[in-house]
Amino acid sequence: MAAVQETVEQVRRVGADQYKYGFVTDIESDLAPKGLSEEVIRFISAKKGEPEWMLDWRLEAYRRWLTMTEPKWARVDYPAIDYQDLYYYAAPKSTAGPKSLDEVDPELLRTYEKLGIPLHEREILAGVERPEGEERPRVAVDAVFDSVSVATTFKEELKKAGVIFCPISEALREHPELVRKYLGTVVPTSDNYFATLNSAVFSDGSFVYIPPGVRCPMELSTYFRINEKNTGQFERTLIIADRGSYVSYLEGCTAPKRDENQLHAAVVELVTLDDAEIKYSTVQNWYPGDENGKGGIYNFVTKRGDCRGANSKISWTQVETGSAITWKYPSCVLRGDNSRGEFYSIAISNGRQQVDSGTKMIHLGKGTTSRIISKGISAGRSSNAYRGLVSAHRKAEGARNFTNCDSLLIGDACSAHTIPYIEAKNPSCVFEHEATTSKISEDVLFYCMQRGLSQEDATALVVNGFVRDVLQQLPMEFAVEAQKLISVSLEGSVG
Amino acid sequence: MTALLEIRDLKAEIAGKQILNGYDLTVNAGEVHAIMGPNGSGKSTLSYVLSGRPGYTITEGQALLAGADLSQMSVDERAAAGLFLAFQYPLEVPGVATMTFLRAALNAQRKKRGEEEMSSPDLIKRVKELAKILDMDMEMLRRPVNVGFSGGEKKRAETLQMMLLEPKLCILDETDSGLDIDALKVVSNGVNQLRSKDRGIVVITHYQRLLDYITPDVVHVQSAGRIVRTGGKELALELEETGYARYQAEAA
Ligand SMILES: Nc1ncnc2c1ncn2[C@@H]1O[C@H](COP(=O)(O)OP(=O)(O)OP(=O)(O)O)[C@@H](O)[C@H]1O
Ligand SMILES: [Mg+2]
Repeated sequence: MAAVQETVEQVRRVGADQYKYGFVTDIESDLAPKGLSEEVIRFISAKKGEPEWMLDWRLEAYRRWLTMTEPKWARVDYPAIDYQDLYYYAAPKSTAGPKSLDEVDPELLRTYEKLGIPLHEREILAGVERPEGEERPRVAVDAVFDSVSVATTFKEELKKAGVIFCPISEALREHPELVRKYLGTVVPTSDNYFATLNSAVFSDGSFVYIPPGVRCPMELSTYFRINEKNTGQFERTLIIADRGSYVSYLEGCTAPKRDENQLHAAVVELVTLDDAEIKYSTVQNWYPGDENGKGGIYNFVTKRGDCRGANSKISWTQVETGSAITWKYPSCVLRGDNSRGEFYSIAISNGRQQVDSGTKMIHLGKGTTSRIISKGISAGRSSNAYRGLVSAHRKAEGARNFTNCDSLLIGDACSAHTIPYIEAKNPSCVFEHEATTSKISEDVLFYCMQRGLSQEDATALVVNGFVRDVLQQLPMEFAVEAQKLISVSLEGSVG
Repeated sequence: MTALLEIRDLKAEIAGKQILNGYDLTVNAGEVHAIMGPNGSGKSTLSYVLSGRPGYTITEGQALLAGADLSQMSVDERAAAGLFLAFQYPLEVPGVATMTFLRAALNAQRKKRGEEEMSSPDLIKRVKELAKILDMDMEMLRRPVNVGFSGGEKKRAETLQMMLLEPKLCILDETDSGLDIDALKVVSNGVNQLRSKDRGIVVITHYQRLLDYITPDVVHVQSAGRIVRTGGKELALELEETGYARYQAEAA
């Protein structure tokens, strides 16, 4: 039909120029020598003043990485990465060590303000509108700029509650016993090519520890910003919720527009002990590249949660709109009896973006349950694949999973794929799987436009309706942000 | 004076098939017109051509809304210019609460016309008033647009949208079908409240019964893609008696 053709034409002209976080901060950086070698790893470790065991850990990972080959099974296609042509460490010169907010380079503070992330605690308190009577949400922020954390807010208040929230490099110095006990226990150094690389060179990231019985008094969040050219970002996040505790954590990511691809290979490890719960939300908006697929972030991320204790729960919610390439499978190992894993995902691809994302739910304990709701939206000439594994161990008596994967296509030049893997080794488990793929309905768009909405607003409205189940999982303050982001990332997908 | 809607010798096709064959119609502000005609005679097609539904192409002739050539306007521009179509088969918009939809639609139109947006409290207040007139439960308006609504509920919801948007030209495509007897009265009452000297209303219907409640100024008989007869409200009564047989023969 004519209208479809028209949409396709418009999609061809798609511009990723809407990316509004594409500015560069002009700041002097401390760089490690280009390329990867034992020397560079020693350099990073020394910069961070790490204990000896940490350096050994990194070197062991590095030696292993040298023997590994890059995985090729994902439905993504990109030119070979020259690992020797990257910087593995870049830090704003002014941040020699951990500082109080007042000492942070004003240029950096401005960067975060531009990104809509005020680091001044007062501003955070003042900045969010709420209906009357409702308490203002407070969010503690850890801001990571290239390879280092530049500021963490609300530390004192969190400390009173016994919560540790700090850069992982700081945790290595101040709480080495905790880090050592948990680091690499969820994602071992040998896990996969990118995780092994991360283990060797990781620079910064956040560390969270919630003591037994404590409900974290505020949302915790980390904002990652890649600024420096030709720099890889390899952050490492470790969150431990001790017995009966609860925390909600959010990460957000942006990067400048650059013609070169930038590599982001993060590792996130979550551990919940008995009766504990971690809610982990991501709003990922890395630079996706331009309409011809030039530039953009390669996002190769390993995220895994270990429900180590009985009745514990880990819930991943992600809104993925950016990156040229996304390779990401936030997973849950349901080890504790009756533990629960959840995965709620919205993945939007436009232009020439390629997404291969999904989750793994590994049922090991008795009575474990999991739920997967995935909403993929492809527009432009993008490709969007959901890849999910649900497995039950022999001992996972009565395990249950419910999976629902819906894909929405906008235009004719994009594609969507659903690749489910199911392994049930225990006959008592019940796995349910539902999947749909549909094209955005021209009739529904016409109906909305007849009521006065532009084609773009109509599309955004329909897409927001499509992802509603997942948006509802996000903390309120971020749901609004995510909704806006969805509209922005679809700009240019229609007229 | 410029007519509100002026259709001159309009020919239009869908999928290469000509459906409208030289359509002429003039609706002035303040008038209510009824269009009747057999199934497949192109009544809905007319409404889609006027509102700009993709796939419907004008091959000859013109349609002007208050003097402006509709074919030069996008679907949403036509809406903002005051053209409203109450669909014969309203569409569902999953996951989008009706209230959200109403707000988005109203404010999009207002913005295009350079008017100020309506605040949420004002909107809720207005919608409550309308829901009362149409005997609708506010609970329904929290549900996604038309999803799971019964046939009659959808028609009420269309009427509510129309009353909120206060269009200049209302086209009601078989709004009466699917309504029970009480609902027919309620909806007609809503439509009658919209009657004004600044507004034109076109009701497409198969039944004289609706016209008992919404009294038309002019009644047209449409057959094979054009108007074959025009008369007063008594024409509808006559049709009730005779049916369309003679018109269909004439048109052929
Ligand atoms: N996509 C299409 N391709 C071909 N013919 C079509 C298409 N859509 C509609 N038509 C035809 O156009 C003609 C007019 O249809 P339309 O829906 O306008 O009739 P109508 O007068 O509204 O009928 P009813 O009273 O049943 O609602 C019908 O013959 C219909 O089959
Ligand atoms: Mg019809």
